[in-house]
Formats: sequence, C-alpha cells, structure tokens
Amino acid sequence: MAQLRTRANPNSDEWRANDGAMRAMVAELRTKTEALTRNGAGGDDRSVARHRERGKLPVRERIERLLDPGTPFLELSPLAADGLYDGDAPGAGIVTGIGHIEGVECVVVANDATVKGGTYYPLTVKKHLRAQEIALQDRLPCLYLVDSGGAFLSLQDEVFPDRDHFGRIFYNQAQMSAAGIPQIALVMGSCTAGGAYVPAMSDETVIVRGTGTIFLGGPPLVKAATGEDVTAEELGGAAVHARISGVADHEALDDEHALAIAREIVASLSWRKPEAPWDRRQPRPPAIEGPKDPTTGAPDADDPTGIYGVVSADLRMGYDVREVIARLVDASEFHEFKAGYGETLVCGFAHLDGWPVGILANNGVLFSESALKGTHFIELACQRRVPLVFLQNITGFMVGREYEAGGIAKDGAKLVTAVATAAVPKFTVIIGGSFGAGNYAMAGRAYGSRGLWSWPNSRISVMGGEQAARVLSTVREASLPGSAWASEEERAAFEAPILAEYERQGNPYYATARLWDDGVIDPAQTRDVLAIAISAALNAPIGETRFGVFRM
Amino acid sequence: MSELIGPSEAARRLGVSGRTVQRWLRSGELPSVRVGKRLKVPASALVAGRPIRRLLVANRGELVVRIARTCRSLGITCLALVTDDQREAWWARQADEAVPLAGSYLDGVAILTAAQAAGADAIHPGYGFLAERAEFAEAVISAGLTWIGPPPAAMRTLGDKAAARRLAAGIGVPILPGYDGRGQSDALLTREAARIGYPVLLKPSAGGGGKGMHVVRERGELRESLARARREARAAFDDERIILERYLDRPRHVEVQLLLDRHGGGVHFGERDCSLQRRHQKVVEESPAPGLSAGLRERLGEAALRLARTAGYVGTGTAEFLLADDGTFVFLELNARLQVEHPVTEAVTGLDLVAAQLRIAAGEPLGLAQADVRIDGHAIEARLYAEDPWGGFLPAIGRIARVAWPTGPGVRLDAGVGPGDEIGTRYDPLLAKVVAHGPDRAAALARLDAALGETATLGVTTNRGFLRWLLAVPEVVAGDARTDTIDVRWHPDADVVPEEAWPAAAAALAAVCGMGRSGFRLNGPRTLSIEIAGQRRSVPVMPVNASPAPWAPTTAGIVLDLEGRAFMARIAPPPTVESAVRRVHHAAGSAEAIVAPMPGVVLAIRVAAGEAVEAHQVLLVLEAMKMENAVTAPADGAVTRLLVRPGQAVRRGDVLVELES
Repeated sequence: MAQLRTRANPNSDEWRANDGAMRAMVAELRTKTEALTRNGAGGDDRSVARHRERGKLPVRERIERLLDPGTPFLELSPLAADGLYDGDAPGAGIVTGIGHIEGVECVVVANDATVKGGTYYPLTVKKHLRAQEIALQDRLPCLYLVDSGGAFLSLQDEVFPDRDHFGRIFYNQAQMSAAGIPQIALVMGSCTAGGAYVPAMSDETVIVRGTGTIFLGGPPLVKAATGEDVTAEELGGAAVHARISGVADHEALDDEHALAIAREIVASLSWRKPEAPWDRRQPRPPAIEGPKDPTTGAPDADDPTGIYGVVSADLRMGYDVREVIARLVDASEFHEFKAGYGETLVCGFAHLDGWPVGILANNGVLFSESALKGTHFIELACQRRVPLVFLQNITGFMVGREYEAGGIAKDGAKLVTAVATAAVPKFTVIIGGSFGAGNYAMAGRAYGSRGLWSWPNSRISVMGGEQAARVLSTVREASLPGSAWASEEERAAFEAPILAEYERQGNPYYATARLWDDGVIDPAQTRDVLAIAISAALNAPIGETRFGVFRM
Repeated sequence: MSELIGPSEAARRLGVSGRTVQRWLRSGELPSVRVGKRLKVPASALVAGRPIRRLLVANRGELVVRIARTCRSLGITCLALVTDDQREAWWARQADEAVPLAGSYLDGVAILTAAQAAGADAIHPGYGFLAERAEFAEAVISAGLTWIGPPPAAMRTLGDKAAARRLAAGIGVPILPGYDGRGQSDALLTREAARIGYPVLLKPSAGGGGKGMHVVRERGELRESLARARREARAAFDDERIILERYLDRPRHVEVQLLLDRHGGGVHFGERDCSLQRRHQKVVEESPAPGLSAGLRERLGEAALRLARTAGYVGTGTAEFLLADDGTFVFLELNARLQVEHPVTEAVTGLDLVAAQLRIAAGEPLGLAQADVRIDGHAIEARLYAEDPWGGFLPAIGRIARVAWPTGPGVRLDAGVGPGDEIGTRYDPLLAKVVAHGPDRAAALARLDAALGETATLGVTTNRGFLRWLLAVPEVVAGDARTDTIDVRWHPDADVVPEEAWPAAAAALAAVCGMGRSGFRLNGPRTLSIEIAGQRRSVPVMPVNASPAPWAPTTAGIVLDLEGRAFMARIAPPPTVESAVRRVHHAAGSAEAIVAPMPGVVLAIRVAAGEAVEAHQVLLVLEAMKMENAVTAPADGAVTRLLVRPGQAVRRGDVLVELES
C-alpha cells in the first residue's frame, strides 16, 4: 500500500506557529480535564473528604478499581455542562466511558455524588443517555455505579417529562436487556425515587451495606405520607433488598467488595465478540515521526508524530489533510480512491490499529464531484463492511449559479443519504470547521456516528461567523433608508455582536458542554480514541447496508 | 595444582599392584598428567586409598558450584544431587552431571542410593544437615564410598554439644556455665536455668546453624520457649534434647579454622569474626578478627587445636568461641563441616579448603606447619539473602529476572542462583556470597561495598541494601561489631515508600506494558494504578529524564532499586471478592482478622474458638523456613473464629483467626 509522505517542514515559521497555537490549546484542555480528575471526583475538597468519610470511594477511584488494571478508559463527554449551571455541575455530575472489565469492553455510567449529591441536571440526563446509546449501538454490557439523589428538582421541567428525559434511561435499560445486552447496577449510595428503577430494571444488582439505599420515597416522604419513623437503612438498605425484597441480588461489605462482585458478574457473562467479516492486521504505529528532542533524540512525548505542527492554526488557511491521515493510520499507509477526481474530498482505505477503515477527509469546499466520489466510496466501504472515519474540516458545499444549475443540491443529497443509511460503524472527528450542510455530509451529530469528537481548534455553526454577519447585514441593508449602510463603520458595528455570538457558540467547549460531541480531544490522542472506539463498536455485528433512494 | 606422583608411588599409596594402576590409567579411571615422557598421577586423585573420580555433593546451591570448581581443577567429575523441583535451577547446571534425587536433601538413605546408582565413589556432605550426621558418614563408609569429612566417632563426640562441652572442660578450655545433662524434665531444666542465671540460651543438643535457639530472659518465659525449642529441635535434627547455656549479652563471635590430617598434623588458619548476626544467622564475616592481638590469636588457635586433637578429629573444622572485651573467651562448639564463610579464610591464606578436604580424605599428610601459615591482608564476606530487611526479614520469594555480579581485583563471588531461578521458601534463602579481599580492613570494606553496589538479583527482594547500610554502621567501620549490633541499629520504617519510587515505578511499568494504550486516559498522560509495599496510588506516566533507577521485570511486575533498596512494584490488581472481604474484616475494629505474616505451615494452634486472649498472647505458631513464628494477638479480645487447622499450608495474608475486641 502506498505510504503517505510528509511535506511539512518542522523548521518553518508556519510549523512553529501551528505547533505553538495547538500546544496552548491542548494545555487549556488538559487544565480543564485535570480539574475534573484531580480529586478523583468533580466536587470540591470538602465534599470529596465528606464522601470518603462515609467509607465511599470517589467516582474515579471506583471506576479505576472496576476496570482491568492498566487498560485504557475512553471517557465520554468529560466536559459536559462546562460553564453551565453556574459551574455547579462539573462533568454534569456523572462519569461515563468505555473500559475493559475482565477483558470485556463495557460502558460504565457512574454518578458523582460529590457534585450536588449526584442529582440529574438536564445535561446529566443527556450524558447518561448518550452513553446508553453507544452501549446499544455497540452492544456493550452496561455497569451503572449508582450514587444519586435522582432528578435535580429545580430543573424538573427539563429533566422529567420529555422523550429524551429521565424516563428514557429505564426505557433504554429495558430495550438493551431485551436485546441481550447485560445491565448491571451497583448501588453505592442513594437510589431515590426514579433512581430506584436503575437497579430494579437491571439484570443483576449489587448493593453496598451501610451506604447503598433503594426506595421510591425517602424517610422524610414516608414520615409526611404515613407518619412512620424509619431510617434510610431500615427503609431500603442492603439487608432489606438483598434478603427481603429481592430488589438487589448481591450484598457487598463496601465499595471495593461491590466492584469485585461486579467484576465477577462480568466474568460470568462469558462474553464473546462477534466475528468480523475481515481479518485484523498487526497494528503498526504511523511511520511519520515528529521532530526529535535535540539532546535525547527521543520523540516528543506529547506529540510523537508532529500532528500539532501540520494543523493550520488559522481555520481559513488550508492545508493538505493527508498530513493528518498520515499521522493517524498504521504505517502511514493509505490506499487512496479517485485521487484525481473530486479532489476536495480525500477518500481511501487504510488500517487503524490493525482495523480496516475507510476514511473521508475534507480538503476544501465540497463540489458535485466530491459528493459523488464520497457516495461511491461509502458504497464500497459498506459493501466490504469496513468502518468509516470522517475527518471534518468543511465550510460547506460550493454555492453559485453554475453549481446550483449543475445540481449540487442533489449530489450533496446523495452523499447525505449514503452517510445516513450506511450500516457500518461511523466515527467522526471535527478537525477544523464544521459549517452548514458540510456537517451533515460528513457525518455530523445527527447522523448516528458511534463516536464524534472535536479538536480544540475546531468551530461548529450553521455557517461561519463572518458569513453569517455579512448575510444578516446584507438582509438588513435592504430595509435601511436608501437601502444602504450609511458607512462601513455602521455595518461593522451591526456585525460585531453577531460575530461575537458565533464565536462564543461555535467554540468547541460550548459544543462539548451541550453534548454536541463525545468530547474535545487532544489531536495527538486521535488515533488512540479511534482505535478504542472501533474495537468497542465491533461488539456489534456489522450489518448489511440498504441505502435510500439516490436522486439521480 | 596438587602434587604429582609416579604410578608406582600411586600403587603403593593405593595398596594395589602397579599393573592395576596402569590399567586404571589406560581406562581413564585414574586421571593422569603427562610430564615429558612419563605419566604422572595427581596425588589428590588418590583419596582414601582410592582415586576419587566421581564426587557427589549431598547438598544444593552455591556450595555445589564452589566444590565443582575445585573438582574441575583436580580432574574430578562433580555430581550434583538434584530433586525434581531443582532440575531447572541454575546451580544444578554448574556441576558436571546432575543426579536425580527422589526425596529430600535431608534423606540420607535416598542420597546414598542415588550416589550408588550414579556411580559416585565419594560423597561430600556440603555444609548442610548431613555434614554433622555421624550415622550418615558411617553409612557412606560402609557402602564403600569415600566420606569427605571427619571420622564418624569424632563427629559423634563433637556433634553432641553436651559431649563437646564436657570434653572442653576436661582439657581446660573455658566453657560457659550451662547444663548439658541427660535429664530433660521441665522441673530440672527450670532449676538448672536458675543455677546458671538468666538470661539463658536454649540450644538443641544436636543442632547448629542457629536453628532452634532461643534466649530466655526471665523465668516466666522458660516453659513456652522450652516447648518451642524442643519442637524445632525434633523437626530439624530428630532429637529434642536441649542444652542450657548462660547467654552473654554483647560478646563477639570468633571462630578458628582448623585443618587436621590422619598423620597427627594439624594447623589453624587464623580466626574469623562472625559477630554480625541476626537471630543467630551470620550475615557478615571477616578474617582476621579486627583488633585481635597475636597472643590472643595464638591462644585461641592452640585451644581449638587441642580440642580437635583430643576428639580425634580429622579434616576441616571450625571451633566457635565467644570473646569478651577483656580478652577472655569461652568455647561454644566445634563444627565438623566446611563453613559457609570459609572463603574469607581462603582469601587471606591463599588456601583451597575444599582441595585440602579432598587431600586429607585421601590420607595425604598436610605438609604444612603452623609457621607456614601466613595471613595476607583482610577479607570480608557478605551473605546475600532473599529476604526483606524492611519487612522484618521475612523470606522473599520471586523469580530472578536478571543477575549482575561484581568483578574486579580482590572480589570473589560464590553464587548459587542464576537468571530464571524461582526463589521459594522451601530452601535456604542464601543466594550468593560476596567476598572482598584487600591489603587492610578499610580497603576490604570499601571493595565489598563497591562490589555490593554492582550486585543485582532483579526479581526478588534481597538484603543487598541492608548489607551496604550495615557496612557503613559506625561500629562495623570501627571493627567493633557485636552479636546484637544489627538488632540495636536496624529499625527501618517499612511503611514509608520514598516519593521518587512512584514516578519511577510508573515509567518502568509503562515500559513493561509497552507503548500501547495501557492506562490510556483522555486528554492526560497515561495513568497506572500502582501498588508498592501494599500501598496503592494512581500515577501518571511521565518520561523520567535524569538517571532512572535500575529496574527489571518480574513475573508480577517490576523490581525497582532505589539506593540499594529493592521495591516490588506492580500494576495494582483489581479487587477480588476474597481480598475485599479480608480487607473489610481487617479494617473493622470489632472483628479483627489475624492474617499470616508470611507463607508457611500452621504448626500448632494455641487457642480455641470463644477463648479470651490477652494482647501479645500466642494464638498459633507458623513454620516457615524451618523457623517457628508465633502469631500473637494485637490486643485483648476473644477468638471468634479459627480458620485454619494444624498442618495447613497458608499464603501470606490468609486470614488465620478472627478476634473480637
């Protein structure tokens, strides 16, 4: 297979500018991440200390002991609710991700009781549901580490009633259980009211003596309703549920014991991944290496391939996306498809960590040919049952009379149809701009990717901020006296707040806080993230694709 | 090179015809050396009137390697005795041939059977248990094999400590006040102990090597200690008689190396100071003893020789003495074997003690007068043990991933292990002996320290760091070490893991895991949960720049060497139901789980379920490494549950007893 070569020059000013800009962005990302993980939980020092005093492990320590030692953990949406709810809900008070338990890839959903008692904010629900969605798509056993006071009552209208609100959690549990995807709950704290259904709806449930409680109505509510005085432990503790009610199946002495029992449960599943329709190859790292440390000769520990240096610091400055592909795929080998046709969409087959993948990557604005090429390529990948990876850096489809007349709308629709109906696992990384219909054609959030991540330099909105401001100021211009702005300054003054608002809302942290993606990721970890996600996705058999009607 | 003799002289010495010798020379049964046109025979080959062609060593470990080295220089085939579990061991491959042994290294009958089946014509008992068994020596001799050791009668006299002491007293060699009578009743021994005066030392009458010895400081402890000493004596020596001795509190332990032939010749090779001991096990030995006057050396040597001659002793032997500050000394015992620490004497005298043993067994005269013995410089030996000095010197187990042995002028290494060896608790924990020789004591000390610095047995915790620490203790530097120096000085805080251990372990473990996705965490460094010394931490993997600590992979993780101290680090195992339950029991104040401090076998249980116990009361006795270890109650309470029975093998950390406080 042809090996991609790099043309980027590590000694150029451009490289240095790119590298410096990306390192600053990655540093910010790490700072945000570290703040969430430092204490082992999202709460402040005092609430984590109080949590420990009760004999409970912080949520991340629970997960660490649950997972196989030394295995990867792909956390999902770690920065959910970032900057929202007055900063009261770091990580939305829940930790979710994909990890290995007894060799089985599982989805872990764990409440963080140090954050508002683990109560469900609207984005907590969304994050919980997204983890379940991945589990359902990938057929991954689910482990719920429950330690939550239930819905956040002040925001009940955004948490309780709608289709994708609290009730959907239990609907998903039932659907997954029906589909043979194991649902396992560990009650390691409160499971009050609606929360009580998480263990009750699970296939197998563990409850921790002394801290785990399950009840529909807590002691205060019981007192109010019937006048009965009862402690939480008497009402819904481990002894009640493991010995009398049968709501729980295993009684654990403490958190660690519960986690050990959960590991035994997963081991007892005798889980087996379905056979893939192709052979995995021996994984090989990318052949391209970044600049070496001049003294030690070692590759840069943060960025061994030099991906920071090739990604343009300025979104408006184009660069060859093959520089990125070469730093992601095994041995930098890329079998490019239709290299000379529809050149603004680079398509080709490669291996990533040994898995075969089909890659679609933007290299400029989409034309009709690019869309037709992409559609053809997706047909190939689906025929071969090869997962698809989309590298999004797209301002949109070409506009103008010539292109509209040429039918770019129907060619774009072909690509959108192919993306929407492709039954192979899809993965999306927004590596730059994600604007307009380009987002749809390149497997944006609405298109069911098994994973969608953003780089910290990315921007996402219906169109670019400058374009939007110009469109709005032009529309406005028609209604002005004389149908014209009095001066350029006046126009600029009108456009400035629009630009600012687009910049704020197009920011990847704004996006990830709202679960528009599954996380902002360090570009140097993209290969790892994709490798883990692809492997997890292969727990579900790759189905046969039936495309919709292609408008010809 | 030993003396070369002609065939006729060989025939005379062997008592066979010249023709027979010629036939043996042709067939190779007698080794020969061509000198010009003539065939000569190495005199050493004519042991006990018969040439030794195939010498079997009835022992295991480093001494086999040591004896094989001498055999090689003498043209003798050295046979190693190998049990099933030792077949893959490094030492077993260093001899010329391996002879399978069905049974244990203590089983004289099995060993003799194996020796005969292998066509051995001589047996060297090594320095183990059999080296002091007169019955075994007799069995070897009556089977027609050459016994490399003293005559059984002398062994019998000296091997029984009581008899040896009577002998010494009879010829005016000073001994400690003690009791070595036949009466062994508790009442009698209690009376005798009162007569001798406390503290009193209990020793197995048939024993050696520190096994089964107990110091009793006051009358109240006597009964318990007696029972224990008897049991240990019976287990180790099949003889439960005990002798009592006044225990000297801060003496030096000095021993004289002797060599006596069958022709009345006998010399001593100076003394060794073996004061650095722990629980009566020697740790560091040196020769000559520091600060010993020539006069005192002569008096010690003379007393030792007189004793040996009186007992009709032949061969190599070691007379042990306790030496007080005023120069008075008392005789302890005469060991009828090659000592572990013999290399220091070899270093300062230039003698090969194993070759000498073989010559004497061949009936050759020593050919050496006392005046010929010269002491050249100073030599010190350190014993490298598989044990954890930071964890109460408990035996360490593991698989040796890599060894690095010291080299250089004045350095000798007698190793018994090599890469790939499994170190278990079944055998002696001695891995190797590092010996340094220098023109004076300071030079020898410096060389030994440097040599230990080069020594590494990665994969198993050793006392190497402890040894280097010990060599720098002021009393040791000053040459004023006593038998209690280690107990007085060594108080490590085992629980403190140096901060730098964590990042170093993380980097090393990450390297072991490979550069894959182990410990991958989103938007941060790889993170590994690491366990060192029972403590667990989540540690980010960072590149270690400045000189990283040496480490090596083991079966379970890595061993990390920080300033000579070995740390076993591993990826923290996930909780298991068993480990979690045990920990909860352990943490709960009400029901405390008493766990096995080491792997071993439950020897006796001293309490019953429901019984009330006091703090420090013995709950049960564990045997590990032939030592009895009392497991005591940490606080007053009651026994709620007994989870083991006598004879049961337990792993370290197994719950033995549950107490309710």
